[in-house]
Amino acid sequence: MAKIELQGLIKAYGNTRAVHGIDLTIEDGEFVVFVGPSGCGKSTTLRMIAGLEDISGGKLLIGDEVVNQREPKQRNIAMVFQNYAIYPHMTVGQNIGFGLYTSKLSKAEKQKRIEETGKILGLEKLLERRPAALSGGQRQRVAIGRAMVRDPVAFLFDEPLSNLDAQLRSQMRMEIKSLHRRLGTTIVYVTHDQVEAMTMADKIVVMRDGHILQVGSPTDLYENPVDIFTARFIGSPSMNVMEGALAKGALNIEGVTLLGLELPAHEGKVVVGIRPHDLLVGEYSGAGIVGSGVVEAVEPLGSETLVHLMLGKTLVTATAPGRVVPAIGSTVTVHAEPGALYLFDAASEKALGRA
Amino acid sequence: MTAITETRELAANRRDIRPGRIIAWTLLLIGGLIMITPLLFMFSTSLKTSGQVYDLRLIPAAPTFENYIKVLGDGRFMRWFLNSTFIALTVTLSNVFFDSLVGYTLAKFEFRGRYFIFLAILSTLMIPTEMLVIPWYLMSSQLGWIDSYWGIMFPGMMTAFGTFLMKQFFEGVPNDFLEAARVDGLNEFTIWWKIAMPMVVPAISALAIFTFLGNWTAFFWPLIVTTSKELYTLPVGISSFSAESSIQWELIMTGAAIGTIPTLLVFLALQRFIVRGVMLAGLKG
Repeated sequence: MAKIELQGLIKAYGNTRAVHGIDLTIEDGEFVVFVGPSGCGKSTTLRMIAGLEDISGGKLLIGDEVVNQREPKQRNIAMVFQNYAIYPHMTVGQNIGFGLYTSKLSKAEKQKRIEETGKILGLEKLLERRPAALSGGQRQRVAIGRAMVRDPVAFLFDEPLSNLDAQLRSQMRMEIKSLHRRLGTTIVYVTHDQVEAMTMADKIVVMRDGHILQVGSPTDLYENPVDIFTARFIGSPSMNVMEGALAKGALNIEGVTLLGLELPAHEGKVVVGIRPHDLLVGEYSGAGIVGSGVVEAVEPLGSETLVHLMLGKTLVTATAPGRVVPAIGSTVTVHAEPGALYLFDAASEKALGRA
Repeated sequence: MTAITETRELAANRRDIRPGRIIAWTLLLIGGLIMITPLLFMFSTSLKTSGQVYDLRLIPAAPTFENYIKVLGDGRFMRWFLNSTFIALTVTLSNVFFDSLVGYTLAKFEFRGRYFIFLAILSTLMIPTEMLVIPWYLMSSQLGWIDSYWGIMFPGMMTAFGTFLMKQFFEGVPNDFLEAARVDGLNEFTIWWKIAMPMVVPAISALAIFTFLGNWTAFFWPLIVTTSKELYTLPVGISSFSAESSIQWELIMTGAAIGTIPTLLVFLALQRFIVRGVMLAGLKG
């Protein structure tokens, strides 16, 4: 196990920079998730840690040693790929054992390790099967097994659940998380799915255009996003944003009444964010914000109903109890309590505070 | 089966007999007959005596295996057979190895001049064999390869077509597989051999089959580069039956019939791969 440090890490392809000098410390045994949209540099960063991409600048330290020039095999890390990368011409046992290809262990020792790993992952009865005869979840487990068997200092996961269906994805999320708890090995995990990031990570790294925007725990990122991008990226459904203006200590948002809010000291145009789960359908007379709008669409989810309505000129998503399904075209009132508003500077998109 | 389903099946079968299908089958039948007739005559003639050769009956009046005994008893024939076997197998193995290695390198490694090298290899496909024979001969002569196994084999040890074919197939191997092996600590040669090669087995089979058959039947270049009869390949050796005092058709046909057996065996054993190989590579057999 080891600490991983990224010091001003740069990746450039000719004159184009994919990663712009990022700094990050991944503590020993931590589960860190890189999250961001496609092309944000998260996979490139992971591949630089793995040694599959050359590092154009900066330093990469694994366990206090600079490993910039080391081959992947010399870094003692294991990687799980998006398409599993399990070899179709080998059995499950051979695939798992392939992680030990260069190991100096005896044949019996290797077999023992393969069987132990198979047992941990619930693959002990499938060791003689070919990957073609396995389900998606089982294949993913084989890929994890091949990574595990080597006892590496860190696991790197590159969007490993993207090819699975929703139900299996949720199951595998929990399996990987519990595996991390049992093994205690450092995990660096890349995904574009914020649900995966929120449910699995000790620490989330939000990336955009080759920069790190924010690093923090899932709750921290959800409660205190540093900018509009992070605020909208973290949380599902995405945060509602409306244009507004702060002037002389008062906030104005078209189509919304505000009462008794403590506003940050700022003058000028702002973007106001409200999470759909804080914007509730129903009459309200307390402090906070209240507004009415015409329902454009509804998504009954059973436990709750997502109501899409026009608030002023903005289409927003609000939440109603499961049994309440407003008719499309009807007018509903929505409200949010004080503390539910996130204010951002309209020009810089940086957070100004909560209200 | 109920009467209703039976009627439905009969109706479905009737629908299958469409005029287009009848025409297609007829054309295929004619094509098949055209192709099989020389083969049948070859086997038929091999069972005739020299006096019966011009009797064009398909089934010989008095079939005899005398020609087979004569040909197989002739030490030279077995030598030519073994020459052809050795040459075809060596060239096939060489092609599978080198074409795959170069194809893999061109498909999976980024390096300066990669595209140029690929174009250079590809451009050699545009030069017909007839044009290459003289340079090959001069080269063989200067290097002392005339009338040697090496001389027969060297032009085909690695082919532009094979390299192109393998490159296209290796491009289809996802990089994740190779990178996973890299992370697992394998060196590049082992990755190629243990991971990439097993993933392109259909392409290797197609390349091996076509290379073997092409070299088994090769006539022009072995004829030019060999002078001593011990080094003849089977097609060159068989043709020499006609170069002596008279044309001994019955012996030529017997030699050809025996020479066809490995080809037939290859086809029968590897039919599945040949069909798939033709489909994958867009080749004609």
